[in-house]
Amino acid sequence: MWQRFADACELAMRYATEYRDAASVNSFVEAIDKICTQHWVLMEVCGGQTNAIIKYGLDELLPEKIELIHGPGCPVCVTPVKIIDYAIALAQQPHSILCTYADMLQVPGTNSSLAEARSEGAQLHVMYSPLDAIAVAQQNPDSHIVVLAVGFESTAPAHALFLQQARQRKLKNLSVLLSHFRVPPALREILANPENRVQAFLAAGHVCSVMGYREYEPIAQQYQVPIVVTGFEPIDILQGIYHCVKQLEGGQAKVENQYARAVTRKGNSTAQAAIADVFEYSDRQWRGIGGIADSGFKLRNGYKMFEPEFHFPGLLAASQETHGGSLLCTSTSCLSGEIMTGLKKPPECTNFGEACTPEKPLGAPMVTSEGACHTYFRYRQTESNA
Amino acid sequence: MNLGQYTGPLCPLPADHATDDQARVQLAHGSGGQLSTVLLDKIIRPAFDNPVLAEQQDGALLNAVNSPLAFTTDSFVVSPLFFPGGDIGKLAVIGTVNDLAMCAAEPWVLSCSLIIEEGLPIPQLQKIVQSMAVAARQLGVTIVTGDTKVVEKGSGDGLFINTSGIGKLTHGTHCKPSHIGKNDVLIVNGDIGRHGVAVLSQRQGLEFEKPICSDCQGLADIVQSLLANDIRPNCMRDLTRGGLAGNLYELSLASGWAMEVDEALIPVADDVAGACELFGIDPIHVACEGRFVVIVDARQADETLRIMSEHPSCPMPQQIGHVSEPLGNRDDTVPLVLRSKIGTRRRLDPIRGEPLPRIC
Repeated sequence: MWQRFADACELAMRYATEYRDAASVNSFVEAIDKICTQHWVLMEVCGGQTNAIIKYGLDELLPEKIELIHGPGCPVCVTPVKIIDYAIALAQQPHSILCTYADMLQVPGTNSSLAEARSEGAQLHVMYSPLDAIAVAQQNPDSHIVVLAVGFESTAPAHALFLQQARQRKLKNLSVLLSHFRVPPALREILANPENRVQAFLAAGHVCSVMGYREYEPIAQQYQVPIVVTGFEPIDILQGIYHCVKQLEGGQAKVENQYARAVTRKGNSTAQAAIADVFEYSDRQWRGIGGIADSGFKLRNGYKMFEPEFHFPGLLAASQETHGGSLLCTSTSCLSGEIMTGLKKPPECTNFGEACTPEKPLGAPMVTSEGACHTYFRYRQTESNA
Repeated sequence: MNLGQYTGPLCPLPADHATDDQARVQLAHGSGGQLSTVLLDKIIRPAFDNPVLAEQQDGALLNAVNSPLAFTTDSFVVSPLFFPGGDIGKLAVIGTVNDLAMCAAEPWVLSCSLIIEEGLPIPQLQKIVQSMAVAARQLGVTIVTGDTKVVEKGSGDGLFINTSGIGKLTHGTHCKPSHIGKNDVLIVNGDIGRHGVAVLSQRQGLEFEKPICSDCQGLADIVQSLLANDIRPNCMRDLTRGGLAGNLYELSLASGWAMEVDEALIPVADDVAGACELFGIDPIHVACEGRFVVIVDARQADETLRIMSEHPSCPMPQQIGHVSEPLGNRDDTVPLVLRSKIGTRRRLDPIRGEPLPRIC
């Protein structure tokens, strides 16, 4: 394990150096400029890609004809308010401990956030991996452990593995509040919107490393839109953009794989098997966007004993009754829905950097490092709107 | 068992169990009674042994000095207590000494307050107190006064330490943010991010073939060398909590001057960079405990780098940026700008939230 970590560090650095090389960046920018003859609108789906684009200023290096808009690929951002409210209610139960990723702490619910609930006495455990929760459950046999499992297909295998282990160990003091999303139905939703401007997608490399990219082929064909599976380093992103522009200029609409060092067409079959064992598709509501059919996961019958409702009957209904079960942001003037579907950019929001900052966010995209508003605030905001 | 003149009821554990490998700190060690005396006489006073402390007065009696003084305080809550390259004791002495050094002061005396959680193994306490004593001796400071409290199990996390320090400003009081000016450059003494990564790796149970050790070290000596060679820094800052970005950002706001740093020039060791990559953090935000930035007039930059390059506490001295323009001239002046390796420029902010809690 130790040796593997050291190797991983070395590998990470080698990749980082190779894929952030200034000369290669410049040559890709030139190559894009050379083939681009008209204005094209591209969407990077994943918040990690948005972060890299803004952090490295890639959008400023690109020709003006290329417009990048930022997609809904941040699970923290699209988790509905009612799930946050329910998580807070669960954390406030006597003898319960809520395990969450640190990203979720500041996300505003209707009246407060998990961080505020913690300061008022709710028991929270910040986890790095869902498997941490197994140890928490074993160390606290008199408490009930709720895992707030947020993510896309990329984190679903870890959550599936965790639930498989919890079932094998017959843990009774554990449940999971799922806020899991699937990318392909969201792409269809964006493309079906009459106001849609997106002409090509950079698909999220990590999601495809698990799921492969077969699911994207019918989307590319039906909507005649190029989709390029893309990584997260500057060179990855520029390469992804290059392939999109090349297809657009050539009138093509197919799925290409820029991130071949991590992604195959079929994906990771072991991870997919774990997902299929534990989860099935379900309709899911996306914060700021609304309900999308089959766009999430729910627990299969063999895992229903891990539903929080099974352990705290009536609490979900009580939480929704108190808070209204809102889908949208708590502030009526928050534009997060338009931001997450690429209709607006963060600086176009009058709250940006004024009434809405990472310390006092009105909407989830300002909370997490993968949220578009947070990314703009962190790397672009100037003193005048700070 | 030596209880001296004490004739009262006996504690269930022998009072001299401080030497026992299995012994743990009890609430009574902080009560001011017999066990407190044992703790002080067996562990603390012998380690910090000096004439001022030996007086056993309620406070330290110090002679007047002719120079102005710098006075600082810092509390240490690092978790875990022991990490590669140091422990909370070494950190508590070095941290406060370095704060004095950054004022251009020659560190003189320290106080030390220990807040111990009931149940801390006494051998661990002994080891930590020894580390403090060794660090103080090496850095030429004396621990002249202190206090020990014990809190119930669950009310602390092993041990918290507060140290305060006084230093002598024999070279004057010039070194402060308000003296930062237009022609200044930014120089660091070495590669950044080691301390934070060492603590984080220890906390996560990750080990490397060759462990990443904290950069925890005193900086007073190099500062005194610079001053003795007529270098007059306009400001200095040790790059502790908040790392390079957080500290430069603070200095920018405090001085009213925007600053620009060049990513390609910032020294980061490969192992630290690799670990940060996997942890998902940027070394520029990671705490150091033995690195500092000297902000000095550009005309003294070469000489500063030369002196640093000959000093053992400066493994990789490097000019990383400069002071650019006054803040507030334009509404959109960004306090701290990073010129990235690919040539783009972006703002650099202090880290937000709590990604690296309890690092020092």
